[in-house]
Amino acid sequence: MATAPELPVEEAQQSRAMFVNIGERTNVTGSAAFKKLIMAGDYAKAVEVARQQVENGAQVIDVNMDEGLLDAEHAMTTFLKLIAAEPDIARVPVMVDSSKWSVIEAGLKCVSGKPIVNSISMKEGEEAFLAQARKCMAYGAAVVVMAFDTVGQADTKDRKIEICERAYKLLTGIGFPPEDIIFDPNIFAVATGIEEHNNYGVDFIEATREIRKRCPHAHISGGLSNLSFSFRGNEPVRRAMHSIFLYHAIPAGMDMGIVNAGQLDVYDQIDPELRVACEDVILNRDPDATERLITIAEKYRGQKDVVADKAAEEWRGWPVAKRLEHALVKGLDAFVVEDTEEARQGFARPIEVIEGPLMDGMNVVGDLFGSGKMFLPQVVKSARVMKKAVAHLLPFIEAEKEAGAKAKGRIVMATVKGDVHDIGKNIVGVVLACNGYEIIDLGVMVPWTTILESANENEADMIGLSGLITPSLDEMVTVAAEMQRAGMDMPLLIGGATTSKVHTALRIAPAYAGPVIHVLDASRAVGVASTLMSDTQRDGFVEKTAAEYDAVRKAREGKGQNELATLEEARANAFPFDEAHKAPAAARPGVHVYEDWDLADLRDYIDWTPFFRAWELHGNYPAILDDAVVGESARSLYADAQAMLDRIVAEKWLTAKGVAGLWPCRREGDDILVWTGDPDTPFVLSEVEGRAANAASDARTSTSLSANGMEGTETRLPMLRQQIKKREGRPNMCLADFISPQGDWIGGFAVTAGHGIDERSAAFRAAHDDYSDIMLKALADRLAEAFAERLHAHVRSDLWGYAPDEQLTNEALIREQYRGIRPAPGYPACPDHSLKPILFDLLNATEATGITLTEHFAMFPTAAVSGFYFGHSDAEYFGVARVGKDQLEDYAARRAVDLETATRWLRPNLD
Amino acid sequence: MTHHVSPAAIRFHAEAAKRILLTDGAFGTMIQGYSLDEAAYRGGYDTGFDQKGNNDLLVLTRPDIIEAITKQYLEAGSDIVSTNTFNANTISQADYGAEHLVREMNLAAARIARLAADEAEAADGRPRFVAGAVGPTNKTLSLSPDVNDPGFRAIDFDTLKNVYREQVDALLDGGCDFILIETIFDTLNAKAGVMAVIEAGEARGEPVPLMISMTITDMSGRNLSGHSVEAFWATVRHARPLTIGLNCSFGAPQLRPHVVTLSHIADTLMMVYPNAGLPNDLGQYDEQPHTTGGFISEWAATGLLNVVGGCCGTTPEHIAAMAKAVAGHAPRALPTPPVRMTLAGLEPFIIAA
Repeated sequence: MATAPELPVEEAQQSRAMFVNIGERTNVTGSAAFKKLIMAGDYAKAVEVARQQVENGAQVIDVNMDEGLLDAEHAMTTFLKLIAAEPDIARVPVMVDSSKWSVIEAGLKCVSGKPIVNSISMKEGEEAFLAQARKCMAYGAAVVVMAFDTVGQADTKDRKIEICERAYKLLTGIGFPPEDIIFDPNIFAVATGIEEHNNYGVDFIEATREIRKRCPHAHISGGLSNLSFSFRGNEPVRRAMHSIFLYHAIPAGMDMGIVNAGQLDVYDQIDPELRVACEDVILNRDPDATERLITIAEKYRGQKDVVADKAAEEWRGWPVAKRLEHALVKGLDAFVVEDTEEARQGFARPIEVIEGPLMDGMNVVGDLFGSGKMFLPQVVKSARVMKKAVAHLLPFIEAEKEAGAKAKGRIVMATVKGDVHDIGKNIVGVVLACNGYEIIDLGVMVPWTTILESANENEADMIGLSGLITPSLDEMVTVAAEMQRAGMDMPLLIGGATTSKVHTALRIAPAYAGPVIHVLDASRAVGVASTLMSDTQRDGFVEKTAAEYDAVRKAREGKGQNELATLEEARANAFPFDEAHKAPAAARPGVHVYEDWDLADLRDYIDWTPFFRAWELHGNYPAILDDAVVGESARSLYADAQAMLDRIVAEKWLTAKGVAGLWPCRREGDDILVWTGDPDTPFVLSEVEGRAANAASDARTSTSLSANGMEGTETRLPMLRQQIKKREGRPNMCLADFISPQGDWIGGFAVTAGHGIDERSAAFRAAHDDYSDIMLKALADRLAEAFAERLHAHVRSDLWGYAPDEQLTNEALIREQYRGIRPAPGYPACPDHSLKPILFDLLNATEATGITLTEHFAMFPTAAVSGFYFGHSDAEYFGVARVGKDQLEDYAARRAVDLETATRWLRPNLD
Repeated sequence: MTHHVSPAAIRFHAEAAKRILLTDGAFGTMIQGYSLDEAAYRGGYDTGFDQKGNNDLLVLTRPDIIEAITKQYLEAGSDIVSTNTFNANTISQADYGAEHLVREMNLAAARIARLAADEAEAADGRPRFVAGAVGPTNKTLSLSPDVNDPGFRAIDFDTLKNVYREQVDALLDGGCDFILIETIFDTLNAKAGVMAVIEAGEARGEPVPLMISMTITDMSGRNLSGHSVEAFWATVRHARPLTIGLNCSFGAPQLRPHVVTLSHIADTLMMVYPNAGLPNDLGQYDEQPHTTGGFISEWAATGLLNVVGGCCGTTPEHIAAMAKAVAGHAPRALPTPPVRMTLAGLEPFIIAA
């Protein structure tokens, strides 16, 4: 069969999640208000509860009508049919929740998508269990399986594992898809005073870890409220217990839960005394833990006590508005819920707290940031405080059915289709939100249809697009063109590492008649947005920008084609290859896989300067720590980074996986032909010549025989050559110039430090902690880069072995004072991202490292680096820059693709 | 549920691995060409209702016409012929007072297609297949026909499932290889159809190969019940269909983006049969066969197709043009999507494990 037309959509454009919160607001056993509505037959209002739940971000709606006085089947089907008629609600999947099978089945007959059944179990024996499972399968439902059998509910770790594994084997035995199984291994109350209950938290967490291991693809869920049952009426303690439990259970593999996200605390921000006490109870670290927590808990009962406890700190004595401002500016969230609550009681309506003291505080933050007195890391911390305050107020605002605070403007933001990078977009989103804008963040890999739909449905004031990899530039042009086609006129903001004013002016602005603005960094975003929202400044700014872009276009036109040499001339001026400086044969050829590189080792290889740049603190490390302007901010950020790194390493938050390969090769024109047969028997040159036509017809590979008859595969890597006219004596470089036509060696690698990040990231986000989330992503990126540097050193000294005695300091490594280069597809020397799949095939990289490629060749996890190794001692980095139509056509032929495809691939390098 | 696979499905897979297969085109368009009057439709079956337009009844009253059309498609290159039974169910036939004829219609239609297919296969040795066509009925499980009562439904799941079951049993008894649930505008209707087919398979002791085909009713790529293509696939994937695809909807160019989307995610064979373009002002389809062929040629070259054919407005000439267009092109390679729970409301929701 033909190869798939494009890469499999590993990252489809749908919403995805790592930890799913399932709300309980349409559950009569979980919400007294909902129960009241259903009992009264007020379905219209009950439907509104579901709508609000979805509007507030519920990813799955749990519907439960188990109430003794209700006809549960009737209530279930009535409600499900009603919400099916509401597209705003029906867009999310339903969880059909009942302890009665007849109610579940009645519900399944009314649900048109793919729902979850909650729940079935082996309580009535295996036969009944399988009969229900078969039904679920025939209705096309996923299923929650309670750890329950004829003996009873599983309480110990071993029972939980035994029952779940038994259920898993039974289910997969009848063909039930393992990915559609969700185990609920029972969260029970701890700190009850009964000794046998002390280990229930540990039992759940440990069982979760083991079940995930033994039952591939299955999921783990649980209801959290049971856990803290002993502390009814003491919300601060319950919140802390739930947060701490999730903090340990999510990394163990719990990926779903019935929990109110607004009522979780940031783990690091929980009062250390309370945190340790809760942790001791949950992890059963100390026989006296329960006693201790009960004693401490009294202090937290009611908020006044908490305030009194902390009154020693001077600012705690200030008026509440001043305290909120202080907390926002300093990024302190320990008291923000109490302070917000106090403020709420002082106002007639909860919304006034947002419009009043909170926005006033954020304006101070915005002013400080705008005037360069505050820096991005602090602003992100401030946003964390703001989010917590707003999260506290939302239920009150909803209760009053008020409209949300009037935002300064509404901005739809997205990382475009094919791209998965979101650090920059998240930072800009946080900064804008801090400054009073309403941000509708569509996430990553967002197709243009979704962006336009969301902008129109939400009546957005502008759209912000982000992207890191070069193919995203093209996708942004598509979005602009589609906005034009849809007759839109709202401003389009462009940002992200590969975007530029020049590209925006040349490619994006001409595709869209509305205002198109390139935003250089997060600090400019607020200025641009507020200007665009201003009645008086908008038109002038739009005209000025348009004129500026027009000037850019004119300047480019003036440059014209005459700067380029023809491909023939450029080839005649190739870099002269010196056979004497060629690297020796690889000491250990073939592919080497590293499944778990020590993070502690990588830490020493981190290049910190780009880390600070990610946070928009400019300057070189370590000098930046003593910088007069940003020094203080940089030191604080660096300390936070080191603290998180300690935990990343100690608690193994991330796993570093890598692969390196070394193969014989030879140069043919501007192509490099890589031999992946028996490494000891590279091809015979005369045979290669004879097969040239064959290789071209099959574009990428052809099978051939080596000298001694061993079969192997030859992979063609077409490279691009500089075509800009050079001064006398300066060659037109091409990576193929560093490879001998007489036979040589080349390497390739792919590394990632991103495995495990999604779980952590989800936990941070669930706790409204953008600061830690962005920090973690930035550190993972640095660790991946460090891994690339470290692995290259290992290749030079050991695998390839041409520099066995190399001794370099980290600084020297960062300055690349070593022999050989590691250019990456998509970067200047090798600008075509589409070489990545070929490199990945050579390395079997996806299998070896778990890194996958999107349709636009972005790597996922995003904390990943891949590239080629060149060992020639003259090898150096360069930029291919602009290439001509002759090279484009030549390249298309060498890649055996049509001109349109090649044009798409090379667009950033074309006029 | 057993993983046992029917012999016809095995043969079908073997053929589909070799080349892009052709299904047939429209029956309705071809029947129109005969300009039949009511008496011709009615034949000897007087139910007291006007039978003009009851195309499904023709398998009993003018089997010669249905047989001739089927043979024309086989001659044009169809590997699959479907039965003329789009409305041969008790709900649709109630409009003609012909509910009692439903089993008879499906049996007759299946036999006509079976005989024609077997004859063609015997003539040239190339395997032919018969798909028993099951339409959506004119009732919907997801929507209320009464705007003032959104919770009302004109039919319930079990009733619709039983309607489908009656039709499916008759089609299988008549010799169909597969059941084709087509033109799905309501995803919940399709689930009822899937359930009927699963239960029919259980009753027969052999799973019935299913072909599932959604129709899109708006340019954003949703069917009438509001499901996106991705959500639809997530919802019916449990049926492990032999083919998944899209039919009717629009012409090929408008359908293409949604075909691409489905092609990327569906780890089973794809069957697509678009209309002959968009209808003109008079509601007629006038896209010429070579135009259709041009579109299909590009799809084949892009690797989007396993099975292709036509819906409204297409004729044996269109199928012949498609056969020419796909000849020599490799069939679509199946993607191997990661194993992840994909739930769906109107939108899909993926939970990464």
